[in-house]
Amino acid sequence: MGMTMTQKILAAHAGLSTVKAGDLILASLDLVLGNDITSPVAIKEFAKLGKDSVFDKEKITMIMDHFVPNKDIKAAEQCKTCRSFCSDMDITHFYDVGDMGIEHALIPEKGLVTAGDVVIGADSHTCTYGALGAFSTGVGSTDMACGMAIGKAWFKVPSAIRIELTGTLRPYVSGKDVILHIIGKIGVDGALYRSMEFGGKGLSSLSMADRFTIANMAIEAGAKNGIFETDYKTLLYLNQHGSKSHKIYEADYDAEYDKKLYINLSEIEPTVAFPHLPENAKTFNEIEDIKIDQVVIGSCTNGRIEDLQAAAEILKGRHVAKGVRVIIIPATQQVYLDAMEQGLLKIFIESGAVVSTPTCGPCLGGYMGILADGERAVTTTNRNFVGRMGHTGSEVYLASPATAAASALTGRITSPWEVMK
Amino acid sequence: MKYTGNAIKYGDNVDTDVIIPARYLNTSVPSELASHCMEDLDKTFVSRVKQGDIITAGLNFGCGSSREHAPIAIKASGISLVIAKSFARIFYRNAINIGLAIVECPEAADDIKEGDSVEADLDNGIIRNLTTGREYRTSPFPEFIQKIIENGGLIASIANGAVK
Repeated sequence: MGMTMTQKILAAHAGLSTVKAGDLILASLDLVLGNDITSPVAIKEFAKLGKDSVFDKEKITMIMDHFVPNKDIKAAEQCKTCRSFCSDMDITHFYDVGDMGIEHALIPEKGLVTAGDVVIGADSHTCTYGALGAFSTGVGSTDMACGMAIGKAWFKVPSAIRIELTGTLRPYVSGKDVILHIIGKIGVDGALYRSMEFGGKGLSSLSMADRFTIANMAIEAGAKNGIFETDYKTLLYLNQHGSKSHKIYEADYDAEYDKKLYINLSEIEPTVAFPHLPENAKTFNEIEDIKIDQVVIGSCTNGRIEDLQAAAEILKGRHVAKGVRVIIIPATQQVYLDAMEQGLLKIFIESGAVVSTPTCGPCLGGYMGILADGERAVTTTNRNFVGRMGHTGSEVYLASPATAAASALTGRITSPWEVMK
Repeated sequence: MKYTGNAIKYGDNVDTDVIIPARYLNTSVPSELASHCMEDLDKTFVSRVKQGDIITAGLNFGCGSSREHAPIAIKASGISLVIAKSFARIFYRNAINIGLAIVECPEAADDIKEGDSVEADLDNGIIRNLTTGREYRTSPFPEFIQKIIENGGLIASIANGAVK
């Protein structure tokens, strides 16, 4: 029986010729990641191992992105712990205020991950790098600590769902609409413990930004990882970002899948996930007038330059609706700089939006845009659980940057197709 | 491993944001985390949970964020075991790695009611509802995971050379 992309990468990293779903393996790691929330716990656990060095100072990255610039004293203490650990261990890829960005946007941008890698991160959206043909998955702080110590992690080899893409996206429809559509179809545990493997003739029409967004939210379907076949766009991206040498793994022709999903990209419409689960996906024929108080455009899901360009195209020369607070967060310093050079910041500010320094901030209800009781937000983030962005009586609606921008203009949840007729 | 306690029952898709809201993630002290455990789902949890109590839940328990603070908060609040129909995968491995006992058993998760007295013998894969007398079967952990748990979690397993 053949292997899937994920199974081949895991076998190679465990020194095995073949693996099958359900096997428990110990795999070597190409990158171990943590942030300012999860790393302090990992550092505490690492100390229990009594080691005075990490397995490889080049293969660990710590990124201060969740509560920075520090939102309070406790957050400052957590960053201090990370900073001092990285200094003691001489960690090469430590990113702090000034050169940090939201981890899952920053890591590909810095070329720290390449096709064929095995990556663990103490952050659930680590699955983002599957867009580059890597196996990458979220773990907890103890796994991070052990990964830093021995450069290995245990995995149960997953089975897979194959997602066969055809067609091309229509204008103002993006990767966010695709993944919300898929989660709407299979549910928040629809891919539990499994890989989501994306490929097919429609793949070439998807930008890398779209692929990052789709892989990023594989976890919202419960998946262990999301992974894309590599093509000329992947290679171009890796080349442009100075990534180390890569290895492409293709699924065997006889690889076994638990299920196959067929997605015609041409049929995807602007999609919104209603509170309080990402699986509550609706298209605009099912959406009535829903008044909103806030819009957030940013996050590891949708804070890339392409996302800001999509929002700017809609906001350009228009003004956001009275009473709506619009917060735009470029995911990295580079995205911020690009947005400035491309004139996007001017468009945002003239439209009545604010632009923040990179941070995960409001996405997880940390700071920089917390919701009050009864308030509603349309956001390009990834979770809409109860209380995710503030008060337990607030509501989060997940959408694409285009839909979020269109909604900012009208003050109600609005399709980009309506304002860009 | 045997666990005995009273059941506290929840539904499907209990996410880590309600287990321990992100506004409390500026600390990793177990007792502080425990004092806010389940706060956004069940404000009564902290005041009524007793040492040894058992959580029973539906599908996809622990979905969402990878925060290890979630199983840490549950363990520090006194919960001895979580029985669910299924677990989200990061929560599952975090629980094993920090030594919070968990078990998948859809039948028990459905049948056990709030407040029932429950006894679980995970070595032999038997869960007993002492209130109703019903018995449910589970599969024991694979050997590799059993080894991690027996050694007291992943850190201890690496420290004593059981995992290299």
